[in-house]
Amino acid sequence: MVTQYGFYFDAAACSGCKACQVACKDRNDLEPGVLWRRVYEVAGGGWEKKDGVWVPSVIAYNISMACNHCANPVCGLACPVKAIVKREDGIVFVDTGACIGCRYCEWACPYTALRFDARTNTVSKCNFCYEAIDAGGTPACVAACPQRALDFGDMAELRKKYGEVRRIFPLPDPAQTDPGLIIKPHRDAARAAERAAEVANWEEV
Amino acid sequence: MALKKGIETAAMSRRGFLRWSALVGSAAASSKGLAAGFRRRDPRHALVEQAPSEERMVRAGCPSHNCGGRCLLKVYVRDGVIVRIETDDRPGDTIADPQLRACVRGRAYRRRQYHPDRLQYPMKRVGPRGEGRFVRIGWDEALDRIAAEFARLKAAYGNQAFYVPYGTGSYNQINGRQTAQRLMNLYGGSLGYYNSYSWAAISAATPTVYGTSVTGNQRQDWLNSKYILMWSWNPAEMRDGTNSEWFVQKAREKGARVVCIDPRLTLSAVSLADEWIPIRPGTDAAMMTAMAYVMVNESLTDAAFIRTHCVGFDDTQMPAGAEGAESYKDYLLGARDGVPKTPEWAEAICGVPRATIARIAREYATTKPGVLYQGYGMQRRAYGEQPVRAGCVLAAITGNVGIPGGWASGIALQAPDGGPFWLVFPTGENPVKALIPSFLWTEAVLRGKEMGAADGVRGVDKLETGIKCIWAVACNALVNQHGNVNRTARILADEKKVEFLLVQDNFLTPTARFADILLPVCTQFETWGLEDGWKYGDEVILMPKIVEPPFETKSDYRIASEIAARLGLEQAYTEGRTERDWVSWSLDRYRETRFPGLPTLDELERSNAGVYSLPVTRPAIAFADFRRDPVKHRLRTPSGKIEIFSKTLHDLGRPEDIPAVPKYVREWESPFGPEAAKYPLSAIGHHYLSRVHSTLEGVDWLEEAFPQRLFINPIDAESRKIKNGDAVKIWNDRGAVVVKCRVTPRLMPGVVALPQGAWWTPDKNGVDRRGSVNVLSSERWTPFAFGNAQHTIMVQVEKAEAA
Repeated sequence: MVTQYGFYFDAAACSGCKACQVACKDRNDLEPGVLWRRVYEVAGGGWEKKDGVWVPSVIAYNISMACNHCANPVCGLACPVKAIVKREDGIVFVDTGACIGCRYCEWACPYTALRFDARTNTVSKCNFCYEAIDAGGTPACVAACPQRALDFGDMAELRKKYGEVRRIFPLPDPAQTDPGLIIKPHRDAARAAERAAEVANWEEV
Repeated sequence: MALKKGIETAAMSRRGFLRWSALVGSAAASSKGLAAGFRRRDPRHALVEQAPSEERMVRAGCPSHNCGGRCLLKVYVRDGVIVRIETDDRPGDTIADPQLRACVRGRAYRRRQYHPDRLQYPMKRVGPRGEGRFVRIGWDEALDRIAAEFARLKAAYGNQAFYVPYGTGSYNQINGRQTAQRLMNLYGGSLGYYNSYSWAAISAATPTVYGTSVTGNQRQDWLNSKYILMWSWNPAEMRDGTNSEWFVQKAREKGARVVCIDPRLTLSAVSLADEWIPIRPGTDAAMMTAMAYVMVNESLTDAAFIRTHCVGFDDTQMPAGAEGAESYKDYLLGARDGVPKTPEWAEAICGVPRATIARIAREYATTKPGVLYQGYGMQRRAYGEQPVRAGCVLAAITGNVGIPGGWASGIALQAPDGGPFWLVFPTGENPVKALIPSFLWTEAVLRGKEMGAADGVRGVDKLETGIKCIWAVACNALVNQHGNVNRTARILADEKKVEFLLVQDNFLTPTARFADILLPVCTQFETWGLEDGWKYGDEVILMPKIVEPPFETKSDYRIASEIAARLGLEQAYTEGRTERDWVSWSLDRYRETRFPGLPTLDELERSNAGVYSLPVTRPAIAFADFRRDPVKHRLRTPSGKIEIFSKTLHDLGRPEDIPAVPKYVREWESPFGPEAAKYPLSAIGHHYLSRVHSTLEGVDWLEEAFPQRLFINPIDAESRKIKNGDAVKIWNDRGAVVVKCRVTPRLMPGVVALPQGAWWTPDKNGVDRRGSVNVLSSERWTPFAFGNAQHTIMVQVEKAEAA
């Protein structure tokens, strides 16, 4: 039996095409402005003129991120009305009917997974497509990826298959929340600090 | 003036349309449909709601626009409304028979399908043409007017005055320009065209080297390659064959080294390449030439292959009648012009360090087999024929032709059978024999009677008339996607030139604003259709009618049928067939050719399989026969061999712009000419994931994901005091655009990128506020192919006052 669902993300293979993001929006009927899954573009480095030619030290990679359904869901701890529930299989979901829109959860989550919708005055987030999961199916984002860069499963299985990496720049220390997330780093991630990389697309995420 | 005023009123007139949201709202209110869908999202209701049983799932081809993908969707319908779209999830997903997973565009399609701005009723223009003011009319009035205009113009000017322009918005047999061409051909014909806005130079230049366009191995063969040069090729953003980017990823996992050469650090470069080499736009042929120089200088060529399979490499193998002409080696070494084409020479032109050029030359020449894949961006340029021929020659002199894991370059239609069918819907024979290059239609409007062979006219010595009647179906290429929008708009606004302009579309595009009669077309989800796998087709994909056409929309086929009835041609046009009948007929055509096991339409419908694919277990290799025996299996070139030197081109007598061996030719607008003083930045209009060309413009989920903006390097931004997110003005002598910018190191200094396809939206001063790159591009064409050179643009950029 699954005790903690998680996502696997292959950052080396991700182009940043956002098929995952939009598949999620279609599956969940999310209006513009509400992004349960989104793709962070990390870019850094620059250009230097050497012997009259521009030479790049540019790095770039993407992080596709939804909710990591953390083993220690700090969002739920922050919720004054207990609207955030963790299922036995690890899936964390927001009961939007109970949500009062105080947005404390949004502050608590280090992955910016919780998304406020002013139209409904509630917070919502990725629910791991639990209906599909309960029917033996696949989360919409995982099924969407043209590069087959996403996978999902029990964290114990994902660790066996894909290793232990749960953090690349600029993600937070996984010790904070014990996220259900395994990452294959893009080669440029190792140079992120040295190239002063940053998230380049805040307006999109 | 009329034009500018028109745009102001266009926004107002749009308010007159009933909003689509009204329909969706009423559907939701009158049934459990959407309301149930919304409730189902809430976990509290998940266990009590039995929603899925009310849904119907239909597997269907993703609406067939002119992207390079052909993908499979699972479309969920409730109460006549599409409520969800998933993609191919067939078990297996092997290299030989992969899932056809849709890209972000297909996944967002519901927001186009139910967009509030969809056209709903026939309309006629009021006020000057191009103002965009229309009033609703009935179908009878619209069709009567069309028939009357056709008859009038046919009597006055003859059939050569009619034109059904290049337009690629629909490729599903039933919707699309072919439906109009069929009727025109029955009506006495219309001025025809050849080549395209996508591939003009590459489709003309490839056969000058190889005698054919079928130069590509099947893509699965990339997994046999050890080295892949993605040259100006960006399959992750444009989609160049569903799964192409996945195959490259798999090749890399197998150990192939992948290098991407592009002015931008593209999404493809990030995800597929081991190395990115930025290159100045329009200079690819210079780097290719210097690579050949290195190979010659360091004896890295496949000399035996050159000797047995090529002509014109050096003075030992010049074709008869051109013995004394400049061979390729002469050009490389500078034997005639005194300029050796060294990496140092190329560095100054293309901006790639000389050591890098030499290293890539060595890598490609020695890491075999290798692929030099030529993307299409670099050939939509001033001398776009040259990088095509230069790349083909690199493949030839390294001996990468005709072998597994190799790649001959060029347009690379897929072996073995000549590639795609795309459209099998029969247009019949055009009684008018005159053809123009597709990009020269404005010339045929302005100076039709003067046009002959010098302007690329085929089939006749001279045209008899200018274009007087345009029937634009699924075609925003007329205004938005043609070079120099402001010029095109002026030409079309003159009602004495084109006297009648009929437009059929889903939306009020910049082209549709110029319509005299504007007819609302249903989407491809609302009629029957059929598509195959584009350039690489290993599958046939059914597009069943999924929901009813809303309002008064009709399929392009239905519209043409009804016009045919007015012209007394209904039976000849329809042959008694419905849309579904034609799809069945089209399936028969595919079955007769390369899909002998293809099920019938009834069978496909019953199985709801959506797709019939041919697994590629043993990829075909282009030129394998020729490689084995070049005498017995001659190429269809004049020499029967690979023509590094083309006597055909030599005999044109235009060595400056159509050289017989591939050369770097400085573009007519470049950083090296006097124009650069005023306009120092090269502007490119790359394909963008929020649109297929101009289709899908305005879809909110896509705009959220990939907003329209100008991309500019921090160095160019800083010197102009431009900050990330600022509104910027981009302009040249042809026009001006104001959009927000993204300052990013992901493209090289001296280059800006404005994603192509955004809809021209001029303000009262004629400044485009949306960012159509063709406001800046030129109508000038390439010398040999008569192709569009729309990426050859120099501009200046400054911070704008306001967005």
